[in-house]
Amino acid sequence: MAKTIELTDKNFEEEVLKSKVPVLVDFWAPWCQPCLMMAPALEALAEEMEGKLKIGKIDTEVPGHQELAAQYQIQSIPNMKLFKEGKMVKEFIGLRDKDAFKAELEEEL
Amino acid sequence: MSEQKDNYPLVIIGAGSAALTASIYASRYKVEHLIVGSAPGGQVFEAHRVCNFPTEQDISGAKLATKMQEHAESLRGKILVDEVIDIKKENNEFKITTKSKKIYFAKTILLATGTEHRQLNLPDEDKFTGRGVSYCATCDALFYRDKTVAVVGGSDSANTASLYLAEIANKVYQIYRKDKLRGETVWINQIEENEKIKVIYGTEVVGLEGKDQLEKIKLSKNYKNKNEISVSGLFIEIGAVPQAVLINQLSLGIDEAGYIKVNADQTTSQKGVWAAGDITNGSNNFRQIITACSEGAIAAENIFQFLQKDKS
Repeated sequence: MAKTIELTDKNFEEEVLKSKVPVLVDFWAPWCQPCLMMAPALEALAEEMEGKLKIGKIDTEVPGHQELAAQYQIQSIPNMKLFKEGKMVKEFIGLRDKDAFKAELEEEL
Repeated sequence: MSEQKDNYPLVIIGAGSAALTASIYASRYKVEHLIVGSAPGGQVFEAHRVCNFPTEQDISGAKLATKMQEHAESLRGKILVDEVIDIKKENNEFKITTKSKKIYFAKTILLATGTEHRQLNLPDEDKFTGRGVSYCATCDALFYRDKTVAVVGGSDSANTASLYLAEIANKVYQIYRKDKLRGETVWINQIEENEKIKVIYGTEVVGLEGKDQLEKIKLSKNYKNKNEISVSGLFIEIGAVPQAVLINQLSLGIDEAGYIKVNADQTTSQKGVWAAGDITNGSNNFRQIITACSEGAIAAENIFQFLQKDKS
């Protein structure tokens, strides 16, 4: 059963930038209610889209992660970015309905 | 799609302070009920600090919301994280449909879905949302470390947003269309004493500019001989509007501002429907956590009385 991956500043390059499978990165924080509301949908999508898409979550509250948040111009969360072959190809800002989001993602894959 | 059918004497729609308090009271009156809400904890969750809730001298909104949720769930409160999209009256009960296509039947309904953030309705506001424009200082402030930001509004939520942002950002302009801030004097005094915050009175934000990210805001009046300020972020805290969809489906009586008209017992114009919290015109229109809790408690007690009579 596929689950979301916990990303950090240490594994970001390996898990995201060098990944062979497209990766959706969720920039989130524990104090952000919409992020918490988005979490179950992301867990479900990680399972439903296994093999086609990896989903990783990075907690922007961790001081070491703030540089990554700045590098990817995060100004509002939830902010989800889709990476393909190491490049950011699409960003999704704000809370989304699971099924609608799945359709949006499938279009990009 | 799975279609689950269930009957409840009471379905509480919404999961904020009013809903959770109603659940606590309903549990203690042994009224079986279900809470359906997309955001457990509700708007309180977004409050940076809450300092006026009895027993809590200084607590984060997220912590207070979580405590309320835990209290409700420790009794008989079951929270379904989902959104009600349709309510129909069928015979003597209500048919409730959720976004995930679940269907519930309820003898009584408590509508406590609160309000949603009001927008400025400026061109490009949607384009810049998440790219400089935010409606939640608690969520997004940390991304503006050492930057210049602006807050629009002059109520408690705008004032606390300015104060929180001043802890992180380099400079905070608070732009307010009136000539005096509203809300608790404690916050206003702190703003006046804070060197990082500059309140610009009698002025409105009339435009947003930037390439991919927000870079400048246009003002209705000159500030320091210019009608614009360079900012990285704009936090819009200009109040909220009631969520209208379910109100319209139930044809509930509303006031001029769109809030549900409630009686002293939180009943509405529709038999079997109660309303509580920010969505109503109750509590003298003073929309606070404590008044939402109070309305939730009153509604639950009155629903209990109604169901008792209904049985006999």
